[in-house]
Amino acid sequence: MRGNQWREYLWIVAVGVALIVALPSAIDTYTLTVLLVYAMLGLSLGLIWGFGGILCFGQAAFFGLGAYAYAISAINFGESTIPMLIAIIVPAAFAAILGAMMFYGRLADVYLGVITLVVTLIFYRFMNSTAGPEYMIGSARLGGFNGIPGFQTLNVPGYPDFYVWGDSLYYVVAVALLLVFLLVTWLLGSSFGRIAVGIRESETRMSLMGYDVRARKTVLFTVGAAIAGLSGAFFANWAEIVTPGLFSLPQSAEIIIWCIVGGLGTRIGPMVGAAGLSYLKFLLGQQSLVDNTLITGLILVLFVLFLPRGLVPAIVSVAGRVLTRRNRPSRRLRVRRAANG
Amino acid sequence: MDLAAVILVEIVYAIASLVLISAGLAIVFGMMKVINLAHGEFMMLGGYVTITAVKAGVNIFLAMILIAPLVVGAIGLIVERLVIRHLYGRLVDTMLATWGLSLFFVGGVTMIFGNTTTGISTPIPGFPIGGYQVNGYNFFIILVSIILVIAMYAVLKGTRIGLIARGTMQRADMAAALGYSPDRVYMATFFVGSALSGLAGAVLAPLVGLVPSSGGAYIAKAFITVIAGGPALVAGLLSSAGFFGLVNQAFAFALSPVVGEVALLISAVILLRVLPQGITTRFFRGRL
Amino acid sequence: MTINRRAFLSASAALAGTMAVPRLGAAADTIKLGSILDTSGIFDAYGKPMDMAMRLAVKEINDAGGLNGQQIEIVSYDTQSDMALYTQFGQQLVRRDKADIVHGGILSASREAIRQTMRKAKTLYFYNVLYEGGVCDRNIFINGVTPAQQVEALVPFAMERAGGNKVYILAADYNYGQITANWIQKYVEENGGEVVAVDFFPLDVADFGSTIAKIQGAAPDLVIAPLVGGAHLSFFRQWAAAGMKDKIPLASTTMGVGNEHKVLTPEEGNGIMVAYNYSQELDTPANKAFKEAWAEAYGDSSAIHEIAVSNYQGVKMWAEAVKKAGSTDRDAVIAALETGLSIDGPAGTVTVDPKTHHATLDVHLMVVEDQGMNVVETLPQRPPIDTQAVCDLVANPDDNKQYEIKI
Repeated sequence: MRGNQWREYLWIVAVGVALIVALPSAIDTYTLTVLLVYAMLGLSLGLIWGFGGILCFGQAAFFGLGAYAYAISAINFGESTIPMLIAIIVPAAFAAILGAMMFYGRLADVYLGVITLVVTLIFYRFMNSTAGPEYMIGSARLGGFNGIPGFQTLNVPGYPDFYVWGDSLYYVVAVALLLVFLLVTWLLGSSFGRIAVGIRESETRMSLMGYDVRARKTVLFTVGAAIAGLSGAFFANWAEIVTPGLFSLPQSAEIIIWCIVGGLGTRIGPMVGAAGLSYLKFLLGQQSLVDNTLITGLILVLFVLFLPRGLVPAIVSVAGRVLTRRNRPSRRLRVRRAANG
Repeated sequence: MDLAAVILVEIVYAIASLVLISAGLAIVFGMMKVINLAHGEFMMLGGYVTITAVKAGVNIFLAMILIAPLVVGAIGLIVERLVIRHLYGRLVDTMLATWGLSLFFVGGVTMIFGNTTTGISTPIPGFPIGGYQVNGYNFFIILVSIILVIAMYAVLKGTRIGLIARGTMQRADMAAALGYSPDRVYMATFFVGSALSGLAGAVLAPLVGLVPSSGGAYIAKAFITVIAGGPALVAGLLSSAGFFGLVNQAFAFALSPVVGEVALLISAVILLRVLPQGITTRFFRGRL
Repeated sequence: MTINRRAFLSASAALAGTMAVPRLGAAADTIKLGSILDTSGIFDAYGKPMDMAMRLAVKEINDAGGLNGQQIEIVSYDTQSDMALYTQFGQQLVRRDKADIVHGGILSASREAIRQTMRKAKTLYFYNVLYEGGVCDRNIFINGVTPAQQVEALVPFAMERAGGNKVYILAADYNYGQITANWIQKYVEENGGEVVAVDFFPLDVADFGSTIAKIQGAAPDLVIAPLVGGAHLSFFRQWAAAGMKDKIPLASTTMGVGNEHKVLTPEEGNGIMVAYNYSQELDTPANKAFKEAWAEAYGDSSAIHEIAVSNYQGVKMWAEAVKKAGSTDRDAVIAALETGLSIDGPAGTVTVDPKTHHATLDVHLMVVEDQGMNVVETLPQRPPIDTQAVCDLVANPDDNKQYEIKI
């Protein structure tokens, strides 16, 4: 078991590094950077929804909170190291409180969806109505609908004048994503992760076995929010502006669509879904024949109808069938394997 | 005194419009446990149908009360046959599929009508209450929602069709054993739900500037109202619309419309925390 | 697991393949004009006519032999009303497409999302939209009207027509609305009036019932409403539906920028007072010719609006500067523009203000009548006095910020 685990980490690092080096020759780094940021955001929801069974309609709230926390603290500190940490801590702390409130209140499925959705809407409304000069945090104006431009972007820790931007920002984001991916892999391989999957399958069974379901769900929710917050901070660095649009309903919808299209219950699926669909959106921005919203909608409907498990599990199961034709595992097993891939 | 009357009218109007906005969703969710996230877009379509019909010379009331519900109901029927039918019992999947549909409709309407704001003017003039001028159309909306609630109650409680529908929703297998096809009942229910969404969109159209993305403004409110209402269809709808309408308008008058909206959202979070399954699990239990 | 990664790799390779589509017609001796506008999504009512105007201007320039013998090639991106795509396509324009000039941006947020990118890449940038004022950056030229240009003229005009001095302000709750509301307040007081209340509304508020009751409680003589977008259009509807239209007159600094007055019925819109740089009803030979050229290119000239004309004038202004400079080199073009260059556009003469890189232009006072904007009075050549108060690029060429103009 241990050996296997180490081998898996090595594999991830090897493939990850190869991708980091290879990708810039195919796609410009400024596009790649944001694709990776979205991949990280997709991974954060993939973790809590796919493995924890928590359907959060408001992952955008943590993404936006991370971005705003970074922007506001970067203006106040004038240096990026502490703001990066704040951008992880603030959404995580908020998620811990919100999660505790929901899970200790035994809220589940639709009701949980409504609460997370409503919380996102509250942020959206609030941020949109902060255009007045009275909304200041330290020396940062919240700016309302127009958002906050012109904050200190990522710099080499301790040297506020050495900016990390362009190609180097890409490498920083890529390495961060690799680290987050390793963290998620470790978490899912640990007993915590296996119990989380158990809770997803049957909450009653796990609590009868003596596990504190509420606390575990809260912790998982918090970890997901922390990752979303980190991706939000990177997004702020890439876009050099944060706007309330980060909290909007379409943004939340998009994250869910990424997970569905890529494949729930996998780690790679949501990342592939996020990067792939965002890239598609960029390509569509260069044509004006068909309305882009229409295409996004159509993709979602078709996936739910015909490929409800998503791209990655489907590819895995097709490939699995081809490779193990002689010794065909039962359908149940295949599903289980896809779910853990 | 005059101001109090105006405020009262606005509060009743806010409740009535919440009932109107949520009725279609309540039927589809309450009866079929399908969360239709394209509900707002059905309303938007109702608005566009009305405007198109009125511009083609149809009487505005005819367009709102008859044409829009029928057209949107028909669209709902197509959607049910093509998509929803395959997803019964899969709550999350229906949510996602209807979310996709909502994007699809927004995109489609944008391609047909363009993204410019359209609208028609209200057919009923305003009139004074004391020193204040109020929107006469508000009373029309209040009237429509009262009729709607009474009709919903009467159909579900008093008619055979209502009985069959309720029976099918509770035990589809038993209804089938008694010779009623659940498939057809679901289909009809979804038709009625969509038609009501179309009606709501049509009736509200003269009050707003309509754009293809207008539906988004309604869906969150409708969603919250229906979920907070809980399992009892009519009682839940009335109680949660009453509660949220009151909170919204009280804060809107005391402070500003924005605070009103935020107050509505915050009260929804608190309400769901206290009554996780909706108002009607604690009050009005067993009612319709 | 391995299959997984292989699938991922081949998927990314396939994606990369689509990326490498060759760009057609990228001959070396064309001038590249980058355009970045929301031509889909919720802001496309603004963006689509702006895009049409830009194409019309470029076509006219190319048909007349181009600039200094070179043809202009358009590289355009649709940002789908998504602020993140501005950053994305802005980067793409300067890094991959190496555009010589970028025109575009609609909302202030979109401008701020790309302004620094353009500045860092030393690519000249034109922002051709009515906005809140205060941007001070040598790399940007702005051809839209700012609040002081508009409000200074509109307020006394509206107050005089309303015949009273109590004013109620309803503004969109974002940067533009806040700043414009401040200017309105200042000019109302200067003209001997009194502001009884200021209310702000986020852009998605569509229910104004409580507000209309509140306004009646305050009983002003005039309501000035810098409200923005489709949701806010509901205000004019509900105002008319409540029968208020003939009781208290309305003025606006924004209604009509996206041709909103064509959406309102005559009963709802008639009598609203506005002030802009352009009106389709402007009775000048230049406007007539422009509308004919537009109708010839697109079949129908009804889509033209204020900021489409600003965009047209912006492209023409840049072209004039390139001709004068004899090249597209950024510094040469800036120098040419800073001589106080001036062109005659459909809305009248537009002159570059060298100190602020904003425009001095004509402002027309108008009243909405049967879905048109009838010009009542023309105030020629108003300078951007608000931005002039804070920005002097002649003295500080390295300035790079958007000032909050203190009133």
